[in-house]
Amino acid sequence: MKPKRDLDFKAPASMEEIPFGASFPAGHLVNPNSGYRTFAPKFDYDKCIHCLFCFVYCPEGAISKEGEKLTVDMDYCKGCGICAHECPKKCISMVKEGE
Amino acid sequence: MGTKAFLSANEAAAHGVRLARPKVISAYPITPQTTLVEKLADFIADGQLDSKYMMVESEHSAMASALGVSMMGARVFTASSSQGLLYMCEMLSYVSGARHPVVMADANRSTATPWNIYGDHRDAMAMRDSGFVQLYVESGQEALDTMIQAYKLAEDPQVMLPVMVNLDGFTLTHTYDLVDIPDQDDVDRFLPPFQTKMKLDFDNPQVLCGTIGPAFHTEGRIQQCEAFEVAKKKIAEIDAEYAKMFGRSYHGMYEEYKCEDAEQVLVATGSLAGTTRVVVDELRAEGRKVGMIKLRSFRPFPKEFFASISGKYKALGVTDKSISFGFDGTIYGDVKASMYGNCGTKMANFICGLGGRDVSKDMIVEMFDVLQNLSDGKSEDEVQFIGKRW
Repeated sequence: MKPKRDLDFKAPASMEEIPFGASFPAGHLVNPNSGYRTFAPKFDYDKCIHCLFCFVYCPEGAISKEGEKLTVDMDYCKGCGICAHECPKKCISMVKEGE
Repeated sequence: MGTKAFLSANEAAAHGVRLARPKVISAYPITPQTTLVEKLADFIADGQLDSKYMMVESEHSAMASALGVSMMGARVFTASSSQGLLYMCEMLSYVSGARHPVVMADANRSTATPWNIYGDHRDAMAMRDSGFVQLYVESGQEALDTMIQAYKLAEDPQVMLPVMVNLDGFTLTHTYDLVDIPDQDDVDRFLPPFQTKMKLDFDNPQVLCGTIGPAFHTEGRIQQCEAFEVAKKKIAEIDAEYAKMFGRSYHGMYEEYKCEDAEQVLVATGSLAGTTRVVVDELRAEGRKVGMIKLRSFRPFPKEFFASISGKYKALGVTDKSISFGFDGTIYGDVKASMYGNCGTKMANFICGLGGRDVSKDMIVEMFDVLQNLSDGKSEDEVQFIGKRW
């Protein structure tokens, strides 16, 4: 299972807290990718056949198949649209952020 | 008790690596390193070493694989030389910044162009700022012993730095000498298995080789600098511990040879320290007050020591088998910088042995003669190419 983003991460406050060898607990994300996302994937679950193409092709591993429905971790999704491109049923649409 | 064998320094180094029991060896062959990794392949083939030998497609992949192995928490070894080391360069900073204790050997060889397979230090010196500890050995015996010490140093929890053990191409790598090979049991006591929490582990998932932006990058680098300061102490401590167990000492980061009452002293590195040692003995027999400082650790550099000997000798020479083009010999620059502000010593830099040109005893006598001239108040060029044709 993909670790969730570590929302409790606090910036180091002293030399002792600087991550050793640039190693972090899993889930550390320097900047949430949502910061530079223009379009976000939106699923039409009525059309989804759960083929998992999107899950396999997502370069960020942002799509989760843990639940009944496929979901996207919007902290990791960079809005590239590969999932929408690869979906054989065309049930993922890329929607402009804020719309 | 150990055993004795007639070995080249490459073979001796391979025995040192065998005794350290790396789980994986990833390497790509290059003259004059080839016989070192061939010997390790033999050890694995005949069952003397329980290790996986990875035949990679390049030196870049050799170090990338070594990083991967280290990220799994296993001990690893790789080796290269010259153009191979330069090709590997990108991965060196990955390994050092991520603080993975990879140990490698560099069979020192010149760098193209002009194409040249013979020994000098231009390959390793080009990696000066890679974040690797750089140790230089004088003999096959020191190569074997330093390999074992290198793992102990690299994996020390307060150090966690990669180490490059340098042995002069051909002068050492392909030259045979009688070498003591320690027993496995003794080495196992000196060097326990590598253990780390900084590894890829399903039960404790981590991000390794992460990103650190401008806000905290400097502090990460300060951590690395601090580790090098710790390494300065540890190199001497580990050497002393090794001496206690195996009866051989290399005096830590540097060795002062017949320096107590010396007036002219040469700084020498690697195999050149062996030749200089002999010349010092011979000139001493003639009544000349000469000595040698053997520089064993180039990074970390013993700058406090060099600062402390400012003004101690009438003249101090520094040998360099490399050049920093547009400046002086590489080590000379560091020695001078260490002495900055309190240098009462007349100094000269001797660049020699480039492209494998033999540095003869006569040349070392010539260096001492230059130092004698400086001591006597005569003027000499500060940076001199020794053994040049014209």
